[in-house]
Amino acid sequence: MSVMVDALGDGAVVVKRNLIKIVRVPELMIFTLVSPIMFVLLFAYVFGSAINLQGTGYREFLIAGIFAQTVIFGATYTGAGIADDMKKGIIDRFRSLPMSQAAVLVGRTASDVLINLISIAVMAGTGLLVGWRIRTSFWEAVAGFLLLLFFAYTFSWIMAWVGLLVPSPEVVNNAAFIVIFPLTFIANTFVPLENLPTALKVFAEWNPVSSMTQATRELFGNSGGVAATSHAWPIQNPVLYTVLWGLVILAIFVPLSVRQYKRAASR
Amino acid sequence: MADVIHAEGLVKRYGSRSGEVRALDGLDLAVPEGTVLGLLGPNGAGKTTAVRILTTLLEADGGRATVAGLDVRKDAKGVRKRIGLSGQYAAVDEYLTGFENLDMIGRIYKLGRTASRARARELLERFDLVESGDRPVKGYSGGMRRRLDLAGALVAEPPVLFLDEPTTGLDPRSRTGMWEVIRELVRGGTTLLLTTQYLEEADRLADAIVVIDKGRAIAQGTSDELKRQVGGERIELVLTDPSQLDKARAVLATVAVSDITVDEDGRSLTAPVSGGPPDLMEALRGLDAAGIVVSDVGLRRPTLDDVFLSLTGHTTETPPLDKQEDAA
Ligand SMILES: Nc1ncnc2c1ncn2[C@@H]1O[C@H](COP(=O)(O)OP(=O)(O)OP(=O)(O)O)[C@@H](O)[C@H]1O
Ligand SMILES: [Mg+2]
Repeated sequence: MSVMVDALGDGAVVVKRNLIKIVRVPELMIFTLVSPIMFVLLFAYVFGSAINLQGTGYREFLIAGIFAQTVIFGATYTGAGIADDMKKGIIDRFRSLPMSQAAVLVGRTASDVLINLISIAVMAGTGLLVGWRIRTSFWEAVAGFLLLLFFAYTFSWIMAWVGLLVPSPEVVNNAAFIVIFPLTFIANTFVPLENLPTALKVFAEWNPVSSMTQATRELFGNSGGVAATSHAWPIQNPVLYTVLWGLVILAIFVPLSVRQYKRAASR
Repeated sequence: MADVIHAEGLVKRYGSRSGEVRALDGLDLAVPEGTVLGLLGPNGAGKTTAVRILTTLLEADGGRATVAGLDVRKDAKGVRKRIGLSGQYAAVDEYLTGFENLDMIGRIYKLGRTASRARARELLERFDLVESGDRPVKGYSGGMRRRLDLAGALVAEPPVLFLDEPTTGLDPRSRTGMWEVIRELVRGGTTLLLTTQYLEEADRLADAIVVIDKGRAIAQGTSDELKRQVGGERIELVLTDPSQLDKARAVLATVAVSDITVDEDGRSLTAPVSGGPPDLMEALRGLDAAGIVVSDVGLRRPTLDDVFLSLTGHTTETPPLDKQEDAA
């Protein structure tokens, strides 16, 4: 128990330090703010005008997909941040202090939740401007945002582990690209599942990014006419499936990352 | 008295393409409470490796070590509570200000908000960083980072301190300042392990010196004992005319206490002496009487190079004392 309290207390110190860094390195801040706006506008106007969906308009359909993709890509930042820290001398200072071994990771992943929160707020604002609406209750909407943040958080732990494995932040970006692009595109993020060829469709149905997107759509009331395009269990039970995935990811990658941290730092 | 730092048979191996490197090859160390041990050695001797093992940053492949009575392997966290470390490369956060760096460390030591801030300000003052204390470290010079890093090691006033080449890269004024800080800490009862490449530094600060090379201790003792091993001071002489070499050697032989060495150029002679300036005066009078013309002459204290040469037969290839290191 006191181990947890220590990890949280020390983690908070690390969070503060990470946030100061974001403020002092404007490129990061700008990236956090501008790229979500760009995504929403690009997709809404470029794809939104080319694809027609019945029921809910395509634009409304897209927004949840863009949210999902953006927060998952946000996890890359966790990995890059960790890889960068491991290269810098500060890691030796942390390791020579009587702090929790998990604090650097706990702090990093937690500060990235805050970054994702900012990204989501910006995207939601932009979405509202281009016509997106939440059509459910307040609490359902809150649940939708929380689910997004939670799932992104679990991805942060995967990328934290990657960041500890690779020699530099650039490699994290490349590695993330290779994994996250297929994961976020072979899904119902931007196209309805029914339009996909069979093999891809099966992958997409069981892809947790799909279930998360589906869950968010339902919680925002954006699924409209395209809701029940698939009878696959994950799409029928999107919230449960997404939460299960998140828990499994945490159960695997938290211990794995902590172990790798100890090992990597003592090189 | 019990040793605050104690190591027995430390071994650390690194694999590399060209085979295995033994960074430490059975190193023993003992530092009694309240004393200063100088770990002296050339590049690659294993100084940093030893410090990293003793400060729990690295696990040894063999041997055992305790700090403040705690096993570094089994009770790493306990050890960390009692030590301060300033490593060879400044462990500071570039994006934070000097103040924020120190405050962050204070918070990790659970000093509490007010105490942590007060301590940070106090340390900035002590290390002459008040003016730059609220600027991000990114803009600090190597020497400023070094000082901030040492300040970071002192936040919790640890009873045991490890300093890995604390003055490498400092200008002479900062170096003297650093020595003063270190002396003050030791007066306050801190037990200190200090690594350095400079005999002079070990000489001034350390109660005992361990000379290491290739991961082993090759000599130990007080600085006087070590210097006695290599002979005390020496007269160095450069002739204008190499043909006067034999005559010069004969004059120097009257004051030398052991063998006179001649450099490859055939013009420079080194004669170990025991009497200091009077010996030099006598040699000069003799040289003058014999009509020998010198282009340079002086009395020199033994350097690390001399210690090494005499202990190992090879030189240290140590950069000169004033060479600035980029503490990245
Ligand atoms: N991470 C590592 N991987 C491989 N070899 C290493 C590593 N760290 C140190 N070594 C090797 O171990 C030996 C001792 O290194 P160490 O850094 O302890 O020396 P040092 O005495 O601190 O030298 P310096 O005066 O240059 O700081 C060297 O031969 C070095 O090449
Ligand atoms: Mg070193």
